[in-house]
Amino acid sequence: MSSNAQSLPIDISNLCKAYGSVKALDDVSLNIAAGEFLTLLGPSGSGKTTLLMALAGFVRPDGGSLKFGGREMIATPPHKRGLGMVFQSYALFPFMTVAENVAYPLKIRGVSKSDQKTQAERALDTVQLGGYGDRRITQLSGGQRQRVALARAMVFEPQIILMDEPLSALDKKLREHMQIELKALHEKLDATVVYVTHDQREALTMSDRIAVVNHGRIEQIETPERLYRQPHSFFVADFIGESISAPVNVANDRAQLGERVLKSDLPIAQGRGGHRLVIRPELLEVTAGAVPETANDLSGRVKDIIYQGDSVLVIVQHDSAGEINLRVPSNRAGQTGLPSKGEQIGLALHPEDTIIVPEHVA
Amino acid sequence: MEQVGQRKIDGMWLTVVGTAVLFFLILPTLIVIPMSFSGASYLEFPPTSFSFRWYTAYFTSAEWMSATKTSLIAAVLTTAIATPLGTLCAYGLHCSTPRIRSTAQILVIMPIVVPVILIAVGVFSLYAKLGLNYTLTGIVIAHTALALPFVIVTVMSGLQNYDFDQELAARSLGASRAYALWTVTVPQVKFSIQTGAFLAFITSLDEVVISMLVSGGEKATITRRMFNSLRDQLDPTIAAISTCLIIVSISALIGVQLIGRSKTADK
Repeated sequence: MSSNAQSLPIDISNLCKAYGSVKALDDVSLNIAAGEFLTLLGPSGSGKTTLLMALAGFVRPDGGSLKFGGREMIATPPHKRGLGMVFQSYALFPFMTVAENVAYPLKIRGVSKSDQKTQAERALDTVQLGGYGDRRITQLSGGQRQRVALARAMVFEPQIILMDEPLSALDKKLREHMQIELKALHEKLDATVVYVTHDQREALTMSDRIAVVNHGRIEQIETPERLYRQPHSFFVADFIGESISAPVNVANDRAQLGERVLKSDLPIAQGRGGHRLVIRPELLEVTAGAVPETANDLSGRVKDIIYQGDSVLVIVQHDSAGEINLRVPSNRAGQTGLPSKGEQIGLALHPEDTIIVPEHVA
Repeated sequence: MEQVGQRKIDGMWLTVVGTAVLFFLILPTLIVIPMSFSGASYLEFPPTSFSFRWYTAYFTSAEWMSATKTSLIAAVLTTAIATPLGTLCAYGLHCSTPRIRSTAQILVIMPIVVPVILIAVGVFSLYAKLGLNYTLTGIVIAHTALALPFVIVTVMSGLQNYDFDQELAARSLGASRAYALWTVTVPQVKFSIQTGAFLAFITSLDEVVISMLVSGGEKATITRRMFNSLRDQLDPTIAAISTCLIIVSISALIGVQLIGRSKTADK
């Protein structure tokens, strides 16, 4: 995280917004550090876009407080919030040239014509579109339009930049490339970035922290690695990464799968409903012989083996957890000692990978 | 192969029927043009002699000129009021919730649906109380009410094809709502606004029923005077005036089309 004096922290407390009986924002509180890259991740209709629009000023919350760098913003109109914003549709002005688009925020701020030109050029250089100033928007590809939208959102050096699924209209390859590029750009800029996406991999790739949004609430906010390895609820575990799950009984901080007590190094989060064991296919280890005492034994019979190119998916029938998915790399190491269909396989789930979560957050 | 042939014949039928419809729609309008150049002192078709006398009669008559002036001023004022008002109304409806929008749309269309004669009678009795009968202000207000729905409907359909995120983007970049509307939204629905303005102009210029009741005396519109003249002394001056009106309408239409074309070429 590149923290510096220029960017502003965002403090959201008790933000509420209801549309009829639907709570789009249900008492949301969140502190975003200056210079942080924070992602709001959630399924569609979860409220993540409503939260972003409330930050931008286009949604008027029913209650709560919203501070940029300690200054209350809840009643400030959008154009006085000093934000840069990138939209999913790019929202470029098609009747203006690339340079005119990028210079638009400068023109509003009364920057002189010549300064407008140099600053717009510099911004276009930053997004690797130097020399594209005279082009028309319709002459650009999707990726180039995205860069113009970025340049326009940062040309006036805003301290906060909001992005609403900016990469979702791009194809997969370009999207992955732009993720890396955006992350690098964030490190160069003096800005706090709030990024909205429903793509969990995108969130994991780019963010300093991820806030998982569900039903208008923040289920969990964590760094990507901790979020992946220590989800606090079944929703988070299920939404992020690939997994299968099985119900477990929890009593006195001990979880039982069928008759067996599960060994886990991770704290078991409290919540409503029962608990579930979350098994990520790539965290299981195939053992040659018996599963060591220190690990949880998930051995079973191989039901199916599915070749998927970069990896092989093995479906194992376990007596109490049901079907377990196991993912092994399709290289020689991954394939060595892999039993064939119908055979018994030794599977170890190590205590540090044993994720047990409540159905719902408290 | 046969299917392609079949489709060609279908296409031919469409062309024939379409042309016929267009022909019957336009012909009655065009028939007044040769009649206006007739030398006879009554309406005849086909004309047996050629002269400009009815044009001379029109342009030298103080009465006709005064009525023309009233109509043109009323049409220009109606356009000048109905266009911005209708545009703002369409914008407001576009930004409101779907429920408000659908209800308001019905109200907005009302002046088109309700028989004009009813509106005319209502307007007349209201104006009698307000002292607006036989005034230019009265004509302009009534015509604006009639023209508004056309502006609103055309601008709303224009806004439907416009990515509204652009205006949000402009506002987030520092533009006030009014500035964003003016610099980003309006330039992109310009053609719809121009079409709406054209319809408002024509609505006012062609309007007869309300004008019959609320205009008169010094402030009679050309349509009212034409109507009276049809009743009293039927002479080809009417044909000459009609020809002039057709020319004005068609030039306005062509003007709007040309502006629209240059805009699409720009894209």
